[in-house]
Amino acid sequence: MRRLLSFAACLLLVLATGLAYAADKEVKAGFVYVSPVGDAGYSYAHDQGRKMLEKDMGVATTFVEAVPEGPDSERVLTNMARKGYNLIFATSFGYMDPVIKVAKDFPDVVFMHCSGYKQAPNVGTYFGRIYQARYLTGLVAGSMTKSAKIGYVAAFPIPEVIRGINAFTLGVQAVNPKAEVRVVWTKTWYDPALEKDAAKSLLDVGCDVIAQHQDSPGPQEAAQERGVYSVGYNSDMSKFAPKAQLTSAVWNWGVVYKYVAEQVKKGTWKSEDIWWGMDKGVVDIAPFGPMVPKDVQDKVNAKKAELVKGQDNIFAGPIADQKGAAKAAAGQKLSDKELLGMNWFVKGVIGTTE
Amino acid sequence: MTIDLLIPLLAATVQAGTPVLYATLGEMVTERSGTLNLGVEGMMLVGAFAAFLASTATGSPWVGFVAGGLGGLGLAAVHGLVTIVFTGNQVVSGLALTILGSGLAAYLGTPYVGANTPGFGHLPLPLLADIPVLGPVFFRHDALVYVSYVLPVLIWLLFARTRLGLALDAAGENPAAAKAAGLSVPGLRWLGVLAGGFLVGLGGAYLSLSYTHLWTNGLAAGRGWIAVALVIFAFWRPGRAVLGAYLFGGVMAFQLRLQASGTVLPSSLLLMLPYVLTILVLLLSSIRGRVKNAPAALGANVEPEG
Repeated sequence: MRRLLSFAACLLLVLATGLAYAADKEVKAGFVYVSPVGDAGYSYAHDQGRKMLEKDMGVATTFVEAVPEGPDSERVLTNMARKGYNLIFATSFGYMDPVIKVAKDFPDVVFMHCSGYKQAPNVGTYFGRIYQARYLTGLVAGSMTKSAKIGYVAAFPIPEVIRGINAFTLGVQAVNPKAEVRVVWTKTWYDPALEKDAAKSLLDVGCDVIAQHQDSPGPQEAAQERGVYSVGYNSDMSKFAPKAQLTSAVWNWGVVYKYVAEQVKKGTWKSEDIWWGMDKGVVDIAPFGPMVPKDVQDKVNAKKAELVKGQDNIFAGPIADQKGAAKAAAGQKLSDKELLGMNWFVKGVIGTTE
Repeated sequence: MTIDLLIPLLAATVQAGTPVLYATLGEMVTERSGTLNLGVEGMMLVGAFAAFLASTATGSPWVGFVAGGLGGLGLAAVHGLVTIVFTGNQVVSGLALTILGSGLAAYLGTPYVGANTPGFGHLPLPLLADIPVLGPVFFRHDALVYVSYVLPVLIWLLFARTRLGLALDAAGENPAAAKAAGLSVPGLRWLGVLAGGFLVGLGGAYLSLSYTHLWTNGLAAGRGWIAVALVIFAFWRPGRAVLGAYLFGGVMAFQLRLQASGTVLPSSLLLMLPYVLTILVLLLSSIRGRVKNAPAALGANVEPEG
C-alpha cells in the first residue's frame, strides 16, 4: 500500500511538473541596440532593463550593440530568432520595417519594437511617456535659473523631441512664468563635440541651465565647465557633470521588459501598443543634485506623486502656441493622438520646429 | 550682433576649426608629395582613439597627443604600403582606409564608450590673454590650439625655404625629374604619407583630448572629409588652409549661435551653411581663374626603386 501511495505521489508530481511546463514557456530574450552600451545614454538605459529582467526573473538574455538601423539589423534579428530567442526587443525606431519583415518568417517568436507604430500578430510596440519626467525636470530648471533663460540642445525636430521640449517648458513656466527655453537643433543623436558646441552657444546668449535631448554627455560637460547647471537625459549623467547636473529624465525599461516576458512565459501575450508613464514606473527622474534646495525638491516630489497616481495634467489647457494661438482651452486636454503628432512649440519656447 | 556675442563666436570658431586645421595640414603634406590619401576620416578616428587610450593609461595628455599622431601614422603606413610599395590604386586604398579606420576605432573602442580621460584644460597665455578682443579669441584656449598656430608656419617654412620641402614638391610635381636629380621618390612619398598621417592623427587627438574629454564612436563625425575638401579649397597652401579651417569652424559656430539667439530661419538651412559655403568659395575661386592646380603627379604612382 505504501509503495502504491508513493508511486501515486511520484506520478502526481511528474504530472504536475509536466502541466506546469505546458503552461510556463521558457523565455529567452534577445535585445538589439542602436549604439554601444557604454556607461550612459539611450542603449545603456535599455541594457539596465535587460539586466533587471535577468536578475528578477531569471530569464536568459543576449544582446547585440551598435547595430545600424536598416538592412543590417535584419540579419541580426534573423540570427537571434534562429538561435532560439523567442522574445526579441528591437530598441530603436529605425528597426521598424526590418522587424515587420523578419517577424513574418518567425511566427512563433514575439517581437517588441520600441517607439514605432507598425504592429503585426507577433509584433508589439512600446514606448514611455518620458515627457512626464521632462515636465518635472522643467520644474527644477525653472526654479534654479537666475537669468530666466534656459538652453535646450535637441537632436531632430520630430514629435517625440518636440513633445519633450514642450513638457519641459510647461514645467519651467509653471514655476517661473517669465522664463524662456531656447532650442538649438544639432540634427544628430550623437556627436559629443557638436552637442557641446551647441550648449556653449546657448551659454553665450545668457542661458544658465542646459537641458538636452541628445544621447551624449557633451552638453553636460559644457555646463560644468562654465559653472552653470544642467539637466540630463536617458540615465543619470551626474558622473559626467557632478557639479552641474540638477537631475535627469531617465528611463526604467525593466518594468516593460518584465511585463512582456511574464506574458510570453504564461502564453497570454497579445500584440499591443504600450505607452506607459510614471504610474507604471517606466520613466522617472534621477536623484537631485546637492545644489537643489529642499523646497524645490518637495515641490517636484509632490507633482511626481500626482503623476505616479496616474494624474497626468501636463498637457491640460489653457495651452497656447508660440504665437499665442490657443491649442487647448481651459479644462481641455490634448489627446494622445495630438501628443504623438505634435509639431508646434508652446509659448515660451524660442526657436523653430523647422 | 554685439561685441560680447562676437568674441565668444570667434573663440568658438578657433576651437571648431582646430581639429580640421590639423587634418587639412596633414593631408596637404601628403598630397604635395604626390599621394592622395582619402582615408583622413579613418586616420582621425584611429588617432582619436589612440590618444584617448594612451592618455587614460599614462595619465598624461601629452603622451596621448603623441600617441594620437602615431595612430594616424600607423594607419597611413598601410596606405603607403599599398600605394608606394605595391603601386595599388590610391583612391581605392584611401577609401578602404576610411572604412578600416572607422571600424577599427569603433571595435577597439567599444568597451570605453562614454569613459572619461585626462585631457587638456584651458591654459590662458600670460599677457597675451589680456589683450582686448584678440586675447579672448586666440589666447584663452588649450595647449593644442597654440600648437596649431605654429604648425602652418613651420609647414610653410618647410616648403618655401628648405631643400627637403623642394624635394617633396618635386616628388609630387614631377617624379621623373626628381628621380633624375638623384632623389628617392618613393622615400619622399613615404615621408609625405607618414608625416601627413601623423598630423591627421593629431587632429583626431584634439577631438578626444580637448574638444571633449571622452571616448565615443564616430567622434570625427565627417570632419576628415571636410579636411579633404579644404585641401583643394586651400590650393595646397598652408596659409589658406588656416583660412579654410576657420571659415568652416566659424560658420558652424555661427549657425549654432544664430539658433540660440532665437532666429526664425529653419535649422536645416543653417546646418547646410558650412557646406554650401565651401562649394561657393571653390566655385568663385575657379571662376576668377585663381585656382592653383593640384600637384601635377598627384594620385599617379611611381615604380618602386630596386
